[in-house]
Amino acid sequence: MANKSVWSDNRFWQRTATWVTGFAAVLLIWLTFDTSAQISMGTDEDLKQGVTKRVPGPTVINYKIEYLMDAKRGHEVPVIGGKNAEGRSAFQEKEKFFGRDDWTEEEAGALLHLGKLGSQAKNCMNCHTLLGNGAYYAPDLTKAWLDPAWGPEGSLQAMTGKNTKEEAMAEFLQHPSQYPTHERMMPNLGITADEAKGLVAFLKHMSSIDTNGFPRNFGKIQGAVHGK
Amino acid sequence: MASNTLNESKQLATWYFTFAFILFGAQLLFGLVAATQFVMPGFLFEILDFSVARTLHINALVVWMVFAMFGSVYWLLPDETGINTIGIKMGKLLYWVFVAAIAVVVLVYIFVQVGPADQTTIWFIMEGREYIEAPRWADIGIVVVALGFVANLFLTGMKGKQTGIVTVLMADMIAFAGLYLAGMFFTDNISVDQYWWWWVIHLWVEATWEVFVGAIAAYGLITMIGAHRKVVEMWLWIEVAMLFGSGILGMGHHYFWIGTPEYWWEIGALFSALEPIPLVAMFVHVLYDWGKTQGAEEEAGNPASVINNKPAFTWFVLNAFGNFLGAGIWGFFHTLPQVNLYTHGTQFTSAHGHLAFFGAYATILIGMMYIAVQGKNNIKVLKNTKSSIWAVSMIAGGVMGMTVALTIAGYVQVLVSRAQMGATWAGYFDGQEGMWFAQGMDWRLIMGLVTFLGFALLAKDLLTTGKNPVHER
Repeated sequence: MANKSVWSDNRFWQRTATWVTGFAAVLLIWLTFDTSAQISMGTDEDLKQGVTKRVPGPTVINYKIEYLMDAKRGHEVPVIGGKNAEGRSAFQEKEKFFGRDDWTEEEAGALLHLGKLGSQAKNCMNCHTLLGNGAYYAPDLTKAWLDPAWGPEGSLQAMTGKNTKEEAMAEFLQHPSQYPTHERMMPNLGITADEAKGLVAFLKHMSSIDTNGFPRNFGKIQGAVHGK
Repeated sequence: MASNTLNESKQLATWYFTFAFILFGAQLLFGLVAATQFVMPGFLFEILDFSVARTLHINALVVWMVFAMFGSVYWLLPDETGINTIGIKMGKLLYWVFVAAIAVVVLVYIFVQVGPADQTTIWFIMEGREYIEAPRWADIGIVVVALGFVANLFLTGMKGKQTGIVTVLMADMIAFAGLYLAGMFFTDNISVDQYWWWWVIHLWVEATWEVFVGAIAAYGLITMIGAHRKVVEMWLWIEVAMLFGSGILGMGHHYFWIGTPEYWWEIGALFSALEPIPLVAMFVHVLYDWGKTQGAEEEAGNPASVINNKPAFTWFVLNAFGNFLGAGIWGFFHTLPQVNLYTHGTQFTSAHGHLAFFGAYATILIGMMYIAVQGKNNIKVLKNTKSSIWAVSMIAGGVMGMTVALTIAGYVQVLVSRAQMGATWAGYFDGQEGMWFAQGMDWRLIMGLVTFLGFALLAKDLLTTGKNPVHER
């Protein structure tokens, strides 16, 4: 045992494993504090003051939301309430959501709460992806609110016979199998009118989350305009 | 193992393995339903929809693996510690609690499926979060059962001989149980939701479960080929360092696009790119120990094979390679953010998921089932049979076939739905209608059927091989 090398010593490797694991875990916890602060939900005050949050407050549903190329960051970002001189969110331009653009923080928060609960209670994630996570049987919902198909010229809005995006989406969610868009259909999940409203608010809110440019080229049907 | 009555801990292990195997069958059946729906969308529409079939497919997967993991620990504990497992009565009680809870959850998934958008659904029907859909009451039950299991492991490990393998398992299993708590809360903020959701999913399958596999492989090498414990345990510690060193921060690759800051691109890319390294090491380690032990025996004039359980060892070697291929290679394919921007949320992920869960976990847990068959029947050398060879070939071939088919389908999605069309509703269905995508789905279903036939043969072999007279007793 006199010239025993440290490299063949189990105690040495046990300690190495402990230190490496401890170091990685501490780093993860430290980063979690930083990330948690950055992804905490914003407030109505933030929106009014023009503070950009990665996850805006629920009253973002009162604003127009776009998904535009940010030259500096090199990818698309959500632009809320029109853009300012630098091309960033101006938080000015409102957009009616079910006929109103003055949803209070409490009302909008309650809608979002209902929608998020609904997204889980109806198991959306086991057909769709949300923020790209879930199942692959149906389209990604991350930016579904911004899908041109639901817009004024879009086939999906036309199909439901409604005049606004939110009403079209809510109608579809309540009676999905009445509106077959593809051989693969969405089943009826017993979604009520209130729940549908909440779900659409949840989708509109999700489209305002800064996802670092995922998905790329959303809604730019002409081709890979921002391909890199 | 000389006595004719099976040690109580090992008996409990066989219960765990049995229920695990039944759930394994359920996983494959519901997988076939979901795969059929890709090919024939009207199949069971509004009766057992894709979302229900898929929930059952992935939940049965996770739960059978957890059952087989608990079973593996109960099996090896008496061998490693040299004493009877402490708290075995509680272990048996918790087993039945666990089985009953799973049965209720599955029946609710099948017959209730979804609920109104309120907390009662979250508590009693389903939480709607992929992989951890189980309702909150069941979450609490799972934590109680897991803590009981961890308590038995700790009490036995501290009283008996605390080998390196047992020490690793103790540390690993407490982290495994504790991490589940990160998935037990509701928030309106989907970015926060998914941030913590990954703490459960990623830190299970890319950290604690991988370390578990390292410990089981170490146990298998010692019991099946008589590898030197000191060498095996040194490798195990090196593997733990590499697996946790890369896997914990490798979590960053799930934080590219969920609302989290950009620095996760660099952290996720770097550490997850390192994740395959321990998997290469584990593969080399298994082959090296096998060759070394066999070589030493041959040197000593004993040319007989050192392997005392052929089918189990086959599955262990397949594990070493499958882990590297499925988790390592297929994971690395799409782990860099530049690539993941287009592959995230496509069948590419699904291809990786199939090969990785199979290669890294299903294989070694099936191997442990063969070790249990050997021990239960007092067999000195368990040999391969025709069905054991056909089973392993058809299952491995079937899963590999599904993986290739899904990878090709994933390419179509990346090119058409993502790069070209930008992930809209229309873009999504353009991709799904691609010829290569559609054929990929056909082949996935065919290969799924091959896998299922292999499973049937495996069931037959596990049930009958113990009484087969070909083995040395």
